[in-house]
Amino acid sequence: MKSWLTTTDHKRIGLLYFFTAFAFFLIGGIEALVIRAQLAQPNGHLVTAETYNQLFTMHGTTMVFLALMPLSASFFNYIVPLQIGARDVAFPRLNAFSYWVFLLGGLFLNASWFVGPLFHAGVLNVAPDGGWFGYANLTERQFSPGPNIDFWLLGLQILGISSLAAGFNFIVTILNLRAPGMKMMRVPAFTWMTLVTQFLVITAFPVITVALVFLMFDRFFGTHFYVSQAGATPILWQHLFWLFGHPEVYILILPAMGIVSEVLPTFARKPLFGYTVVVYSGILIGFMGWGVWSHHMFSVGLGPIADSVFSATTMLIAVPTGVKIFNWIATLWGGDIRGTTALHFAVGFIAMFIIGGLSGVTHASPPADLQQTDTYYVVAHIHYVLFGGTIMGLFAGIYYWWPKMTGRLLSEALGKWHFWLQFVGMNLAFFPMHLIGLLGMPRRIYTYSPELGVSDLNLLSTIGAFLIALSIFVFVVNIVRTRRRGQQAGNDPWGGATLEWSISSPPPVYNFSVIPTVANRLPRWKTEHHEPMRDPPATPPAPIHVPGGSWWPMLAALGLPILALAPLTHTLWLAFVGVAVLLGGIYLWAFEPFEV
Amino acid sequence: MTHAAVAHSAAAHHTSLGLDNRKMAFWAFIGSECLLFTSLISTYLVYKGRSVVGPYPHEILNIPFTSVSTFDLLMSSLMMVLALAAVQRGDMKWGKIWLFCTALLGLVFLGGQVIEFTEFVHKGLTLQTNLFGCTFFVLTGTHGAHVTVGVLWLLTLWVRALQGKLTSANAMTVEITGLYWHFVDVVWIVIFTVVYLIQ
Amino acid sequence: MRKRFWVLTAALASSGCGGPFPQSALHPHSDFARASDVLFTDIFWWAAAVFVVVEALLVVALIRFRHREGRPAPTPTHGHTLMEIAWTLAPAVILVFVAVPTVRTIFATAGEAPADAVKVQVIGHQWWWEFKYPDLALTTANEMHVPVGKPVRVAITSADVIHSFWVPPLGGKRDAIPGQTNYIAFQAESVGDYSGQCAEFCGASHANMRLRVVVESDSEFGRWATVHLAGPAAPTPGTAAERGKAVFARSACIGCHTIQDVSPGVIGPNLTHVGGRTTIASGLFPNDSAHLARWIADAPSLKPGALMMRMQPPLTDADIAALVAYLQSLK
Repeated sequence: MKSWLTTTDHKRIGLLYFFTAFAFFLIGGIEALVIRAQLAQPNGHLVTAETYNQLFTMHGTTMVFLALMPLSASFFNYIVPLQIGARDVAFPRLNAFSYWVFLLGGLFLNASWFVGPLFHAGVLNVAPDGGWFGYANLTERQFSPGPNIDFWLLGLQILGISSLAAGFNFIVTILNLRAPGMKMMRVPAFTWMTLVTQFLVITAFPVITVALVFLMFDRFFGTHFYVSQAGATPILWQHLFWLFGHPEVYILILPAMGIVSEVLPTFARKPLFGYTVVVYSGILIGFMGWGVWSHHMFSVGLGPIADSVFSATTMLIAVPTGVKIFNWIATLWGGDIRGTTALHFAVGFIAMFIIGGLSGVTHASPPADLQQTDTYYVVAHIHYVLFGGTIMGLFAGIYYWWPKMTGRLLSEALGKWHFWLQFVGMNLAFFPMHLIGLLGMPRRIYTYSPELGVSDLNLLSTIGAFLIALSIFVFVVNIVRTRRRGQQAGNDPWGGATLEWSISSPPPVYNFSVIPTVANRLPRWKTEHHEPMRDPPATPPAPIHVPGGSWWPMLAALGLPILALAPLTHTLWLAFVGVAVLLGGIYLWAFEPFEV
Repeated sequence: MTHAAVAHSAAAHHTSLGLDNRKMAFWAFIGSECLLFTSLISTYLVYKGRSVVGPYPHEILNIPFTSVSTFDLLMSSLMMVLALAAVQRGDMKWGKIWLFCTALLGLVFLGGQVIEFTEFVHKGLTLQTNLFGCTFFVLTGTHGAHVTVGVLWLLTLWVRALQGKLTSANAMTVEITGLYWHFVDVVWIVIFTVVYLIQ
Repeated sequence: MRKRFWVLTAALASSGCGGPFPQSALHPHSDFARASDVLFTDIFWWAAAVFVVVEALLVVALIRFRHREGRPAPTPTHGHTLMEIAWTLAPAVILVFVAVPTVRTIFATAGEAPADAVKVQVIGHQWWWEFKYPDLALTTANEMHVPVGKPVRVAITSADVIHSFWVPPLGGKRDAIPGQTNYIAFQAESVGDYSGQCAEFCGASHANMRLRVVVESDSEFGRWATVHLAGPAAPTPGTAAERGKAVFARSACIGCHTIQDVSPGVIGPNLTHVGGRTTIASGLFPNDSAHLARWIADAPSLKPGALMMRMQPPLTDADIAALVAYLQSLK
């Protein structure tokens, strides 16, 4: 147990991220099921308006920050060092710190569900309720007097630190810790997409931090950053939020795109078609993603020139995105495709992302978008790209790399059930939403009138949601069953081309007994240019030093929620304690003898 | 924690790009901080001239006083350069002196901020007064917090030097400290220009 | 796609008066809505074509190249520059066909209207809509009347948080932002009652912030305006309505509501001609005695967060009945 609390091993941290994120995914999923149960009929009264507003806020916030990002992070952690032939990340303790901050931030945010009585309110009363996007000026103290928004803005600031720390860590790891011979254009596509993602993280998160700090100051110290009577504008929040928010959606999708770029070649037994283009389009998307933010604001009245510019940049970014899809199809074309579960999910990603991408193109046109934005049409869009896209991509990664991480294969039979239930479920849940939105149902409403004529479609959507839940249940059964009884995977159950398949499953603590020298992009395959590499020997020629664990990352991490409690509970001395714990932890960490 | 400790400088490790890991991480951090300050400065600029009530910048900002503060911070960067040079050549006597001087000038800068902010409050400009108040204080306050962290960092190094635990082998640490300190200085130049000089 | 056809048919069959889909964007009834619809249809068919082609390629690839015993190892193609150029340029060209009409429509629907357009000021409140007609010196709430076939210019703002004014059959939405005014210009094409709803999350009863727009002939509109400019109908002596007016005048109602010549409150909707509206509580309920009575008795239970609190001490049933009669008399 202690070894898990003090671990600085990227593989263990990856597993910690995975299970924690998956737990939050289940929580976010339950929130979604309650939402869908409420909306199954018009004028539903399963939950009150107040509860519903907390549910959709927490669903969005949880899924984005506590499920999707950390699930991706679990792969950054476990797989990236293996793919580049490294023994660990550049800063193992910083890595541990990122994880503990994530866990504590997630707990802080979700504690709000239960601690209502501490704030003279009921249980289920003080969870964040301003939407995951928290638009000012609804979030000002005047219109949201309770602690709900405080939980939200403080929780997000804690989580931001986790992501930033990981961002710095993985940038240095990928740029600096590559095995000899692994030039950047020999780095696997997943690691490349991870690198672009981390650059987006370290540049986008400071912007939302500033937005949240302004909100915090408005709510706690009486400033007027978003108050129109003082000459300010609530639109400033939207600009800052979406300057972060749009890169954020690329942060959410690029890792999954990277996973798909690994899974397809392995199971088609063909190299990734257009690797260079796939990499460069990822980089281009990273840059261009900064130029589209106001396409979330077409109804704000920015003026026809601004609307036209952002419409154009948004359409432009569809090009590098589309290019990837064509390259993936070309990877499959002419291949020898083995229909494993991982491949099913990777193909599912492509199929669903095409739909989500195309609905995105309809959003790119402001006059059309003005009928779509803030309705169920855009809810359809986001779920096609984030569920049909990111989540399917992540499951592809799970089925692909689970054997490497645990040494056992997941059941293919159960995996196929999982896939098809999820595929059917998600289309049933989200496709009708396109129509529901166009028929006039706005989003973020706890109930709707039967007169709208969308009752049947909503019921259909709810059934789909529960089908998704069933599929996840099947997945959980799969994990539990194969834990003890799963087939042993061996080093390389799939015939992979990249370095992680050259070592045991799970890998030894030092990863590679001998750091390989890499001569090409597909080291473990035989191609027309080269023979496959020789895998590292099972045991190292000389003992390999592996750094031990450390308590200080966790201790330092603890300082953050303590600090956050200070404004939440209006207790100044807590801030000092929090800062002291943080700085103390960092001090001990900085001067601890720790050799990588 | 359970292994024989060798204070083995990470700089001796081979890296793919030849750059020390910590230095690279720090440059990434500086890149991130640039976005932070850009957001704060942009907000200041967007809200410039939109305060509904005074006091207004031209009534309150004391350019001569702040110019001296700015000069002080610039000089502290010079001290930092000298500190690094001393540590790199193993001259810990001067290393300690210059580190301390850097921290001292940083403290003087902070003292100047305290005086300035107190003055503003007396003249009726607080966080809550108007848009100039909130954007100004949050921007310069964030910068001041960064300076404070820097001063603590420098003093920590200075104490370790006094204890004989800082040597030329730690030059990379001092270099990174310098990177931070110079960055904080550059940010101040930008703030001084945007807020004080261009009105 | 079949669903959309069915929807369109059904909608066409019931054109004008709400029909089975009273808040549908797919059935435009104004020039603004039509411009958006034309553009959307255009993009939709491009998207549908791309969808069919690309998904087909995917499916064909999966079927044609699935693993079969004895199949030789695939040729390890790494790329093909010409194909990359082709599938980069083709989407870009298609997007040009989308972008050009888009920009044209953006400018055409930017909220400009001729000087003689009917002007309506929309002020969003938590959780109801205030409508002022500056040229007519008229204030009402939750139900907007406009003449058919004439240009209308709506100036939208908010008194508190950000809302969004959206009546789908008449066009796209624009946000109601405190401290800012946004404009929609439209010309309704057919007479009818159109439903709309707030489309920006604005707190507890965002779901309940609905509105109606009544598009009527020029003469009907003139009649409506004239009635609204006149003071409230005086209740017939000896009726419940007269008793209701007395109850109103001595209750907290006067602090929030305006009834011309009776009360000056501006926190809640103007009730001078509330009797003539088809709905109450911002589009939530039909304007009948039962609903009015329940609303007056306990508005927050029907509309979470509503600022119209229960009276303390609570009104008696008799008082409520009298109030209902009075309000219904205010046509």
